[in-house]
Amino acid sequence: MNRTGKTLLLIGATSDIGRATGLVYAMAGWDVQLAGRNLEAVHREADDIGTRSGASVSVHQLDILNTSRFEDFCDTLPKLPDTVVCVVGQLGEQRRAERELDHATEVLRTNFEGPALLLGLFAERFAKRGFGTIIGISSVAGDRGRGSNYVYGAAKAGLSAFLSGLRNRLASAGVRVLTVKPGFVRTRMTAAMKLPPLLTAEPAQVADAIFSASETKKQREVIYVRGLWWPIMLAIRSIPEPIFKRLRL
Amino acid sequence: MSLQGWGRYRNYDSEVLECLLPQSVGAMVPSRAGLIARGNGRSYGDAAVGELATLICGGLSRMKAFDAGNGILTVEGGTLLSDILRAFIPRGYFPPVVPGTKFVTVGGMIASDVHGKNHHRVGGFGDHVTQFKLVVASGELVTCSRTENPELFYATIGGMGLTGVIVEASFEMKPIETGWILQKTTVAQDLAGALKVLQATDELTYSVAWIDCLAGGKSMGRSLVFTGEHATREQVSARMPQAEFFPAAREPKLGLPFDFPAWMLNGVSVSAFNEMYFRAGARKAGSPSLVHWNPYFFPLDGIHRWNRLYGRRGFLQHQCVVPEGNALAVLGEMLERFVRSGKGSFLAVLKKLGRGGGLISFPTSGYTLALDLPATTDVFPLLEEIDKIVVQAGGRLYLAKDARQSRHTFEAGYPQLSAFRELRRVTGADRRFRSHLSTRLGI
Repeated sequence: MNRTGKTLLLIGATSDIGRATGLVYAMAGWDVQLAGRNLEAVHREADDIGTRSGASVSVHQLDILNTSRFEDFCDTLPKLPDTVVCVVGQLGEQRRAERELDHATEVLRTNFEGPALLLGLFAERFAKRGFGTIIGISSVAGDRGRGSNYVYGAAKAGLSAFLSGLRNRLASAGVRVLTVKPGFVRTRMTAAMKLPPLLTAEPAQVADAIFSASETKKQREVIYVRGLWWPIMLAIRSIPEPIFKRLRL
Repeated sequence: MSLQGWGRYRNYDSEVLECLLPQSVGAMVPSRAGLIARGNGRSYGDAAVGELATLICGGLSRMKAFDAGNGILTVEGGTLLSDILRAFIPRGYFPPVVPGTKFVTVGGMIASDVHGKNHHRVGGFGDHVTQFKLVVASGELVTCSRTENPELFYATIGGMGLTGVIVEASFEMKPIETGWILQKTTVAQDLAGALKVLQATDELTYSVAWIDCLAGGKSMGRSLVFTGEHATREQVSARMPQAEFFPAAREPKLGLPFDFPAWMLNGVSVSAFNEMYFRAGARKAGSPSLVHWNPYFFPLDGIHRWNRLYGRRGFLQHQCVVPEGNALAVLGEMLERFVRSGKGSFLAVLKKLGRGGGLISFPTSGYTLALDLPATTDVFPLLEEIDKIVVQAGGRLYLAKDARQSRHTFEAGYPQLSAFRELRRVTGADRRFRSHLSTRLGI
């Protein structure tokens, strides 16, 4: 297999989407840096990706809530990656987040603060270098706050806005910024939910969408993995607030 | 929860447990009784349904290491063969043995000691396993190889999961120059002809016969014998200059979204299919042609959920092996019964097997005949009759396909059974690991 000499950094390597994404890049000839909180679990994925692809895979410890370590993390990577993908996310429990400050804080920090600050650090380094791609996994839940998941949704809305701002700022610096909104994905996180097939993607489809938006078809920078989500969210966004607030969504 | 085998002939009740990490299996096993590991659920009958609980192992799907020096691949027990093919064919490696579907796990391939079209040359999958890690009845993780815990090693190969849970395995991959197979078709006008061709092609890597088990009289046992070799780059370039050396698997486009109505498969429709298939094969016979690895080894994988073909009632697969000596007479008698009943299917396969690997592995020197039959009430007495012929001939049935054989048929076919039972007793596996199959057959 032809190696490209390019390097991907994957943050959140032990999630189903993270694992699938690392594999797609590795199979395409990239070297891969995997970062995650549980080092033993990250090693398991690194062995898997390395064995399947023959790629060189390195393992790095990172806790998305431990923001004080971020600069050190960036500076101690064996190589500044060509592309960084952050797939970290936590759905949390809306009802619990309404009552428990700690849980709401964790959901907000895991989905917004951690990913935004970390990708911001890479943006600085990529801009200085003059090239690079930053890919954040946001969510359709961030397109409009709904009663059933607005804590998670607000964090994802924050991340979408942050990525949009980065994209705007770095457009002329040679740095691409992509926002990926997977919609429903069949993962361990959603294993117990009944999901509509047309709106639900497999982790491998999310991974393919990320790779193709980043490397092959480069027109779009905000990506709905299942195309049907785009008109749906457009419709949901355009419902006037006096009506929207009365809907059970 | 209700579970089925691939044949869908019966529902079995079993609690479903899922393991996502190899290191968590050890803690799940000792607190249970009547447990069996399940890979991808492709055994046809009741082998992968626990008497009380079933441990789903699909989450143990990570590859561990590949040593290009000696070709040894190490993977977790729930790793799919289809994943291995996708990762390694482009790098010029092929598994030593593959069964008729790629949607099986490595743990399942060891537990059934699966055989392929090359069994007569290289033995079963178990013959190429160098080592595996087994969670035994106590929950302890035991490394097994030909030199380390050899009794457990040979009992687990073909042991239908009844010795423990295979969480990791290493086996030898073989180098290939391309992903193409140079296939040759030979026509045999009757059973004697088919056996003769299989005998004569013994030196070739792959050989298998499709047999028409509805044709009677002088054509009884007429067959198409397919032989194959991994094609070299030179052969591919000469025949198909545009072809990729390592073509990717094409995902199935055809699928059966619902159960076929039961009446669609009947004597007339199957006879018509067989006639067409035989003629088409006969036309292509003689000159070798290049075939993509995927349809060559896994023709039915092209039809997603093909097991719905037999309708809601499900189907049975009957696969026996009989010794070489009087194979012509024995197989002839069986075919005659199938022909007379009109129950034969279009998926009938005849193949020569080499010697066996594990303590109760299915393969043993002789000829194996496999066919599908709808699970209708009149099929059961027919198969009882067939089983009598098998037992008399000193043959046996394949446990990974079985859903119905009698204890008598089973015990007559597996001479090393008592040693296997003893090992189960000594290791405590007899209470811990029990499937509906092991209970039915008293293993």
